[in-house]
Amino acid sequence: MDFISILSIFVLACFVGYYVVWSVTPALHTPLMAVTNAISSVIIVGALVASASAEELASSALGLIAVVLASINIFGGFAVTARMLAMYKKKER
Amino acid sequence: MEHAGLPAWALIAYLVSGVLFIFALRGLSSPATSRSGNRFGMIGMGIAVLTTLLTQAPIPEGGWLPDPTSQDLVVLGKILAAIALGAVIGLTTARRIAMTAMPQLVAAFHSLVGLAAVLVGWAAYLNPEAFGIVDADSFINPVSRLEMGLGIAIGAITFSGSVIAFAKLNGNMSGAPIMLPARHLINLATLLAILGLTAYFMTDQAIWVIGTVTVLAFLIGFLLIIPIGGADMPVVVSMLNSYSGWAAAAMGFTLHNTAMIITGALVGASGAILSYIMCKAMNRSFISVIAGGFGADSGGGDGAEKIDRPWKAGSAEDAAFLMKEAEQVIIIPGYGMAVAQAQHVLREMSDLLKEEGVRVKYAIHPVAGRMPGHMNVLLAEANVPYDEVFELEDINGEFAQTDVAFIIGANDVVNPAAKTDKGSPIYGMPVFDVEKAKTIFFIKRSMSGVGYAGVDNEVFYMDQTMMLLSDAKKMVEQIVKALQD
Repeated sequence: MDFISILSIFVLACFVGYYVVWSVTPALHTPLMAVTNAISSVIIVGALVASASAEELASSALGLIAVVLASINIFGGFAVTARMLAMYKKKER
Repeated sequence: MEHAGLPAWALIAYLVSGVLFIFALRGLSSPATSRSGNRFGMIGMGIAVLTTLLTQAPIPEGGWLPDPTSQDLVVLGKILAAIALGAVIGLTTARRIAMTAMPQLVAAFHSLVGLAAVLVGWAAYLNPEAFGIVDADSFINPVSRLEMGLGIAIGAITFSGSVIAFAKLNGNMSGAPIMLPARHLINLATLLAILGLTAYFMTDQAIWVIGTVTVLAFLIGFLLIIPIGGADMPVVVSMLNSYSGWAAAAMGFTLHNTAMIITGALVGASGAILSYIMCKAMNRSFISVIAGGFGADSGGGDGAEKIDRPWKAGSAEDAAFLMKEAEQVIIIPGYGMAVAQAQHVLREMSDLLKEEGVRVKYAIHPVAGRMPGHMNVLLAEANVPYDEVFELEDINGEFAQTDVAFIIGANDVVNPAAKTDKGSPIYGMPVFDVEKAKTIFFIKRSMSGVGYAGVDNEVFYMDQTMMLLSDAKKMVEQIVKALQD
C-alpha cells in the first residue's frame, strides 16, 4: 500500500470515529475509555511481527515485552469493560 | 515476512477487524447493545492477532497451511507465553479493581499502550527488514522514519504522562499542581527539539537521533502533566486516551496496517471528544487546562465572613418525612458520595421512596466523577437502573416541578454563582437549577469546607434549604431508618 492510500484510510477513519463517538451515550463514557484502551492495543500486531523474527535478538526481545504489555491491556481492557457493562440494568417492572 | 507480500486474505482480515472495532464503539450508543459491541471488539482483536501469527509462519510453495520448523515453534511458544502472562495480569487486575479506582486503572492502561508503542517503534528501527520498511540500499524509508519517530514520540509522551496521571489519581503523588519556573519556555523548547529531530531523522537514521527523541518525549510527557491540578484530571485522562490512539495510528502507518490505522483514528477521536466534553462541562478552555495550575490558588481568605450567614439545619427525620410526601425527588450525587461509599445505601433509600409512590431520579453532571461517565458506573454498580439516571441537559428543566432536590457529595455543580457571579472562578460552568426545587436537602460534612473550586455556595443559605451536616453514608443510613419506621 502506498502512503496516499493509507492516509486516505486514516482520514476517513477519523470521520467515522468522530460520528461514532458522538453517538455514544454519556452514561457509557467510562466503558468507552476502557474499550478504546483495549482496542488501541492492536499495536500488538507490530509487537508480534518484531518477536517473530528471532534472528534479531534485541528487536525480538523488545517485541516480546511489548506483547506482554499489549496483552495486559487487551485482556484487562475488555474484561473490565465487560464487568462494567454487566452492571447497567433497566428498571424491572 | 515481507509486508508488501502480505496475502490478500490477510489485508482483508485486518480490514474486518478494523470494522469490528467500529462496531464495538457503535454498540456503546445504548447500554442494551453495549455488551454485544464489546464482544465484536474481542473478535476483532482475535482476528488481528491470529492473522499476524499466520502471516509470520512460512507457507510452503503451492501449499495452503504453514509448515513451521522447530525453531518457528520455539518462537511461537515464547509469544504464546508472553500473551498468557499478559492475560493473567490483565484479567486479575480487571476482576479485582474497585469501580472508584477506574480512573487510575485507565491511566495505567494508557501508559502500557504508550510504552508498547515505544518498544514496537524501537524494534522496527533495529530490525526494519522484518517490517518491510527498507529501501533498495537497505536504509529505512524516509517516510517510515518520520512515522516511526512520531509514533515513538507520541508513545513516550503517553507513557510518562499517564504514569504521572496515575500517581496523582492514585494518591502516590499530591494532586496539587507542581509549577516549575519558565515551564512554558522549557516545554516549548523541548517540543520544538522533538519535532526538529524527528524531521532530521528523515535524513540521518543515526541511533542518537531517535534516542534523543525518545528521551525528550519521555521528559515532556512528565513536564506536561505535573503542573495540572487534581480537578483537571478528567481532561488529562481523556487527553492521554487520545494520545494512545494517535500513537497506535502512527505505528499503523509504519506497518501499513489497516486495523491499527482505523483503531488509532477511532481512539484518537474518542479521547479528543471526551476532553472537549469535559472542558465544556467545567467551562475551561483546553489551552488553560494544558497550561495547568488550576486549583493552586484556591483562596482561603474569603472563608471568614460566610460562617456568619444564617442557615438552617435539618435532620434525617425531616428529610425522610418530606421526601415520603413528595411527588418527585431528584438526587444529585457528587464524588463525595463515592468517597463516603454511600451509593449502595442511597439506592436503598430511593427503593423505599419508590415503594411510597415517589418518583426518584438521579441527575448526573458530566464532571460528577473523576473521569467521563464515572458517576454512572458507580450508580450502576449500586444497582441503580440506568433509566432513572439523567444527564444535565435532560433533567435541568424539571427542577421547577420537583418537590425535593437531594444533594449528596456535590457542591460546585449546584452553585448558582456559575450563572450569576461573573467574578466567580466557576462562572459559565453549566450547573443544576436546584434553587427552583421546593425543598433542598444538602448533605455536607460541615459548614466550613467549600467545593473543589474553593467558592462559597448561595444554596446553603436559601430559605428552602436544609443542611444535613454529617458523613454522607451515615446520614443516608439514618434517613433509611427513619423511612422504615
